[in-house]
Amino acid sequence: MTGRMSRRRAIALAGAGVAGAAGAAGIAGAALTSEASEIGTDGAYPFDGEHQAGIVTPAQDRLHFVAFDVITKDRDRLVQMLKDWTAAARRMTAGRDAGPIGAMNGIAEAPPDDTGEAYELPPSGLTLTIGFGPSLFGRFGLSGKRPAALADLPRFAGDALDPAISGGDIAVQACANDPQVAVHAIRNLARIGMGTVSVRWSQLGFGRTSSTSTDQVTPRNLFGFKDGTENVKAEEPDRLRDHVWVQPGDGADWMTGGSYLVTRKIRMLIETWDRTPLAEQEVIVGRHKGSGAPIGKANEFDEIDLAAVDDEGEPLVALTAHVRLAHHSQNNGARLLRRGYNFVDGSDGLGRLNAGLFFIAYMRDPRTSFVPIQRNLARRDEMNEYLRYVSSGLFACPPGLTSPDDFWGRGLFA
Amino acid sequence: MRTPRIAALAVAGVLSAALAGCGDDAGDPGATAAGGPIKVQASDTSCEVARDSADAGTSVFTVTNGGNKVTEFYVYAPGDRVMGEVENIAPGLSRELHVELPAGSYETACKPGMIGKGIRAAFTVSGSAAPLSEDAALAAATASYSRYVKSQTDALLVKTQEFVTAVKNNEVDKAKALFPVARTYWERIEPVAEIFGDLDPKIDGREEVVEEGMEFTGFHRIEKDLWAAKPDISSDGPIADQLLTDVKEIVAKAQAEKLSPLQLANGAKELLDEVASGKITGEEDRYSHTDLWDFNANVEGSKAAIAALRPVLEERDPALVKTLDSEFANVDSTLGKYRDGDGWKLHTELTDADLKGLSDAINALAEPISKVAAVVSQK
Repeated sequence: MTGRMSRRRAIALAGAGVAGAAGAAGIAGAALTSEASEIGTDGAYPFDGEHQAGIVTPAQDRLHFVAFDVITKDRDRLVQMLKDWTAAARRMTAGRDAGPIGAMNGIAEAPPDDTGEAYELPPSGLTLTIGFGPSLFGRFGLSGKRPAALADLPRFAGDALDPAISGGDIAVQACANDPQVAVHAIRNLARIGMGTVSVRWSQLGFGRTSSTSTDQVTPRNLFGFKDGTENVKAEEPDRLRDHVWVQPGDGADWMTGGSYLVTRKIRMLIETWDRTPLAEQEVIVGRHKGSGAPIGKANEFDEIDLAAVDDEGEPLVALTAHVRLAHHSQNNGARLLRRGYNFVDGSDGLGRLNAGLFFIAYMRDPRTSFVPIQRNLARRDEMNEYLRYVSSGLFACPPGLTSPDDFWGRGLFA
Repeated sequence: MRTPRIAALAVAGVLSAALAGCGDDAGDPGATAAGGPIKVQASDTSCEVARDSADAGTSVFTVTNGGNKVTEFYVYAPGDRVMGEVENIAPGLSRELHVELPAGSYETACKPGMIGKGIRAAFTVSGSAAPLSEDAALAAATASYSRYVKSQTDALLVKTQEFVTAVKNNEVDKAKALFPVARTYWERIEPVAEIFGDLDPKIDGREEVVEEGMEFTGFHRIEKDLWAAKPDISSDGPIADQLLTDVKEIVAKAQAEKLSPLQLANGAKELLDEVASGKITGEEDRYSHTDLWDFNANVEGSKAAIAALRPVLEERDPALVKTLDSEFANVDSTLGKYRDGDGWKLHTELTDADLKGLSDAINALAEPISKVAAVVSQK
């Protein structure tokens, strides 16, 4: 018997030394360079810090994202749940059980305070990131706290959003290198929240579609293309400051050091895409499928040349190419930190793969970044023929917690 | 675990012998408190209790139903703990309730149509009574719940008899009307019924739980025939007879069963599990869609088990009691939106959002209820 040892104690302790060092130096993001390689796929990231983990943290392989509706009218109850969540999140990201008793150590007559499926699994790089949706701010005396940047997203051309899997008052993003660890975290938070919040929708993702660190190889999305080459990365403190973290004076003070999160579930019409000729696929994306290099270039990280033309004077990167329309030079310099995941929700009734990209992006102000970029894409992106936008979410993610008695949402509910 | 050892402390609520086949237990009809029987005049809209106070000891209420609906009469301790009740008082009938009440504050209630919170009034009992010891409180809890099981199973037998008779007489409309009513008494005490392995699936088995070599019988088999596009129950006589035989057997066993406080606690949770897994989804009554009747009965049964344990819980974890009170109230008000006359809306009349709201309310209650067993088992 392992007795009263916490389920992942040994590994969590091993990870903590490294994590502490990275956390202390992580403020500017500079020391994050080798964070992923130091903790490996099993270790623990620090929960506390100037910013929430799970944003510039090197993108883990697996996602369980959940959006909750707040069903209580009692502000104190909501605050208490956020405190309980924080305590559970602290424990779980360190590789411990959700509750103080644990999955296996309680008395026989009581249901365990941890659900047990992550027992003996390592921390697996679990990060839990919380955000608050626009719909929360009409209640609990929060209307004055709503940041201007948290303006409802406009309707974009081609949106076919299902309200049942869109929006939400509170979102939690769980990322880990083991899907069971990510699911365990969300399951236990949902359980703790029963009666206070109700799960509105959740999404599993596998296979990160972006790298958030120069240490990481650029992965491929389900179209088979490298995705996220131009992403903002942890090693770029100036870009993080300018494009990702809310700065003092930007608006609502409680968001300083935080970031805005946009999620979009984008169904890919896989079967029709697969019948598209290689050259056409590359024209649509604007990159070579193999190397990931911009059209006309040899290497993935070569600078995109949007002005380049071929012998006949036609642009090398098509005017309707995805990379052109999304490029910062076409959007007033706007950049996003993308952190999306592939999803496959089985197959639909017609035998088609119910699959695509669960787009996740963090930004300093959606109004000047995601909104213009998506407008551009929605109007002109050739890729839209193969995409369906089925859900959308917008959340304000506060800064990180910096003391043991701090809790998720304290600045908002102060 | 524990069995009631101090029978004298067990609060006795006994209905006078009006039901055929109704057993008697610890009641002493002669031991009436000073002042004689308290008259209760019940109608469909009123509940006039002749006195609002009594001395500690056995009180006797004589309940006359002058209304047009079948009614019930209850005496509740705080938290809706049933101290005594008479069910099934038909229009025009009088029935007596003998109930031993220690000093304290109570409520009387008539329930015309046998549903809802009833028409309440305060009732005060004065005198002296020593507080129960912990063991005695646990013993009192199981004794109180045993009385509940007895009253529910008695009514189950009566209503099943009526249902079976209607089926055998080929009275489709009457059988349809009785189906959810008879099931109410079953659903309130279902975890007790489930103790007796084979009988539960024979009485209440759904079509898909029937194993190879086993026949699809019981309530749901008749339900399927009653709610068919062209209802045909002409060949259901043997199934109806078997249902009554099985119900008689389970009633006898349930009334003889000694329950432990832990079984009460787990039963309260299991009833909500029943709601969460079978009623919310509409699986239980998939032909009649009367799932909300069962839903409400499950919640009432859960509440009765918690109410029986209340003095123990109040002593050991008052915060939990407060949470349970507020979450039970939330379930009642959420479910109350779907009342339809004396009954309930059909499951098919509820939207997905309605069902989500009910599911949320049940989850909010079931999580704290899952903690009751540990509190009860504390030494």
